[in-house]
Amino acid sequence: MFRILKKEVLSPSVKLLEIEAPRIAQKARAGQFLILRVNKQGERIPLTVADCNRERGSVTIVFLEVGKTTRLLGNLEQGEAIRDVVGPLGNPTEIENFGRVACVAGGVGVACIYPICRAFKEAGNEVIGIVGARTKEFLFWEDRLRAVVDELLITTDDGSYGRQGFVTDVLREVAERSSPPDRVVAVGPLPMMRAVCRVTKDYGLKTIVSLNPIMVDGIGMCGACRVTVAGQTRVACVEGPEFDGHDVDFDELAQRLRRYQDQEREALARFEAECDGRC
Amino acid sequence: MLENGGNSAERKRIIPRRVPVSRREPKERIKDFEEVVRGYTPEEAMAEADRCLQCKQPHCREGCPVGLDIPAFIALIREGRFDEAAAKVREENLLPSICGRVCPQENQCEERCTLGKKYEPVAIGRLERFLGDYELDRGKDVPEPAPPSGRRVAVVGSGPGGLTCAADLARLGHAVKLFESLHMPGGVLVYGIPEFRLPKRIVHAEIDTIHRMGVDIECNVVVGQTVTIDELFSEGFDAVFVGTGAGSPRFPGIAGQNLPGVQSANGFLTRVNLMRAYRFPEYDTPVRIGRRVVVLGGGNVAMDAARTALRLGAEEVRIVYRRSREELPARQEEVHHAEEEGVKFTFLAAPVRCLAGEDGRVGRIECQRYELGAPDASGRRRPVPIPGSEFIMEVDNVIVAIGQGPNPLIQKTTPDLEIGPKGTIVVDPVTGATSKRGVFAGGDIVVGTATVIMAMGAGRTAARAIDAYLRGEADPWANWKVKVR
Ligand SMILES: Cc1cc2nc3c(=O)[nH]c(=O)nc-3n(C[C@H](O)[C@H](O)[C@H](O)COP(=O)(O)OP(=O)(O)OC[C@H]3O[C@@H](n4cnc5c(N)ncnc54)[C@H](O)[C@@H]3O)c2cc1C
Ligand SMILES: Cc1cc2nc3c(=O)[nH]c(=O)nc-3n(C[C@H](O)[C@H](O)[C@H](O)COP(=O)(O)OP(=O)(O)OC[C@H]3O[C@@H](n4cnc5c(N)ncnc54)[C@H](O)[C@@H]3O)c2cc1C
Ligand code: SF4
Ligand code: SF4
Ligand code: FES
Repeated sequence: MFRILKKEVLSPSVKLLEIEAPRIAQKARAGQFLILRVNKQGERIPLTVADCNRERGSVTIVFLEVGKTTRLLGNLEQGEAIRDVVGPLGNPTEIENFGRVACVAGGVGVACIYPICRAFKEAGNEVIGIVGARTKEFLFWEDRLRAVVDELLITTDDGSYGRQGFVTDVLREVAERSSPPDRVVAVGPLPMMRAVCRVTKDYGLKTIVSLNPIMVDGIGMCGACRVTVAGQTRVACVEGPEFDGHDVDFDELAQRLRRYQDQEREALARFEAECDGRC
Repeated sequence: MLENGGNSAERKRIIPRRVPVSRREPKERIKDFEEVVRGYTPEEAMAEADRCLQCKQPHCREGCPVGLDIPAFIALIREGRFDEAAAKVREENLLPSICGRVCPQENQCEERCTLGKKYEPVAIGRLERFLGDYELDRGKDVPEPAPPSGRRVAVVGSGPGGLTCAADLARLGHAVKLFESLHMPGGVLVYGIPEFRLPKRIVHAEIDTIHRMGVDIECNVVVGQTVTIDELFSEGFDAVFVGTGAGSPRFPGIAGQNLPGVQSANGFLTRVNLMRAYRFPEYDTPVRIGRRVVVLGGGNVAMDAARTALRLGAEEVRIVYRRSREELPARQEEVHHAEEEGVKFTFLAAPVRCLAGEDGRVGRIECQRYELGAPDASGRRRPVPIPGSEFIMEVDNVIVAIGQGPNPLIQKTTPDLEIGPKGTIVVDPVTGATSKRGVFAGGDIVVGTATVIMAMGAGRTAARAIDAYLRGEADPWANWKVKVR
């Protein structure tokens, strides 16, 4: 059992949990994820390690409540426990001094980009953070991000904070600058990562994306997470989750993510009915 | 009695046919995941044991990869001395309930049985299962371990290889910790082989016994990621056994293989077995199966996937296999069960590509016919495609069961471990020692996919070598040299 040390509500439907997991805390690096299972009947779901504290032996996850498992997780309180947590899984982000790096995040991806920005900064890069949220309400960790980037550009879909528009609008401007980024990293919803890749392709900027296919075991045994990259079948949990965005077959991935949609809806509907909408 | 039983085979009365075992009706059993074969009652077991000729030269024994003393335990069953019989089996085989159910007996012990030359061979597997279950039902005592050696061993992977190695080492007095990456120990026994063939309560009971023998089990640890082998040594372990198995699915490398609706058998079976998706929504993990399912492959994995698909409600399940019926690598009994349950077979055919339907999911599969040519390196006749013989089938799901490769993570993060060309770990077959000092390996991670009993045998071999190494009686690295094929 893995005890919850702290819980925070970051924005409507985005929550943070700090979990006691000493082994993972010792090892996790930017870009890696863990897989957890809330209870005995639970599904295994992947979540990015947003932060870790080696002294406290804890890891932090930040998640958007989209379905039954993330809801269950969001209902847990400090002092309660998660049945299984395994990690760190996947490869860490390739961190080097590339010069200037643009880190683009949408939605809950902000939490995933934070350790990546920090690592790039520590490696001596100039880091430009570009984050997008639906509205001001959905934005979180602005202070944290500011502390690890040289420049932070924020967009909201409705203009309630920062620039109105999408991260891609800002990214295009950054790409147009006299000294464009040497590398772009994008983490967020699939359509956003795809849009980022379209922009950077125009400017010939190497772009790394962190893919989020459905996963079960996370150690290369089920094949659920396979994606087509540069025409090759790759196993995201072991060979990824980060790949060169210009080589990723996004259409295929989007379709495979929808594979269990009906059942996911059913599970959520039953869950909501069972708890009388209390959760 | 035993002495009399040792008389020459000719003088014994021959009983040509086996005592039949009770099975559930195909029509009934495909509605649920309950076990298909019920197993012998004590009376039936004694009657079947009575068929054994107690050969002076028991060839059955040569056919068993761990050399079980088959005539001896059968003689004890015949006399109704089940506890002693079970103890006899456990001398060489720690998991009789499991091997009795899943060993490919027709290629091993039973293939060599003298009686089988003319008549039906003694049902060795069923007798072994009977003993294992008999003991489990009674809640057996755990064997007394040797005095503590003060040495610690880490066993990585809790499949049959790791479990056997851990149990043997514990019995020899070493402190053993078993690390498993999934949330539940058992390896293929829990995530791969379905409930209707190997009930999970049996596996859990066997693992519980091993736990009671003092083996500490920590799940949710991926060695190579969570902790490296070198770090295990710094944690204070004196030796490491790697039994991480071969679960990494192969795909045919054809167009459309990543379309939604095409999945690996391992993924499908993991959802159903480990995650209990067949009990969705009681359990949260979903599984989806359409009306028409094509399974590619002809081994146990293919049979298990096909029969699982039927149980989840698929109307037509067809196995497409490159060679002919004779070459099917699956256990004969399971091929027979699959046919009884209505699984259809297309032999001498292989897929060319998967095609999307209107909704973007797989909708059709194109295959090509094959014929058998000259024998290949494995001695089996090689299938050769027939030009222009392509045909198309309508499908809702394609399940790929054409083999698995070794699990990759340890090899990736242990640079000084010698790896074979196919990603397996290279060992000295006599001791199981790898190229890295203090590290041993065995089971599917070494040989590619094999069998439960082979993995157990490898676990036992390594346990003996580890014991000798820890006691300073033998150093497998004194002249470790293994030719990499
Ligand atoms: C490597 C990796 C890292 C991830 N990190 C984070 C993270 O840090 N924070 C976070 O909020 N989410 C993250 N995700 C996504 C997260 O795993 C899913 O949101 C979660 O599995 C949904 O489970 P559920 O039962 O709540 O919803 P479900 O009922 O399973 O799904 C609800 C909806 O979410 C979609 N969905 C299901 N699984 C995924 C998935 N793996 N990725 C994207 N959409 C999915 C479904 O299509 C469905 O529409 C990550 C995914 C991967 C593969
Ligand atoms: C569906 C199916 C049906 C089969 N049917 C039969 C049959 O009827 N008869 C038969 O004899 N054989 C059968 N086999 C083959 C048999 O199950 C295997 O040969 C046997 O299980 C191999 O045992 P093992 O101990 O080497 O590894 P496995 O059983 O594969 O166990 C390996 C374990 O190691 C864990 N692991 C992997 N990587 C790591 C890591 N880095 N850190 C920690 N843990 C890790 C895995 O999660 C797994 O639990 C079947 C296989 C499958 C898949
Ligand atoms: S372990 Fe397998 S091969 Fe050996 S006797 Fe038992 S069933 Fe036969
Ligand atoms: S070969 Fe057959 S008949 Fe002879 S001892 Fe073995 S099981 Fe009995
Ligand atoms: S999650 Fe199963 S192979 Fe990647």
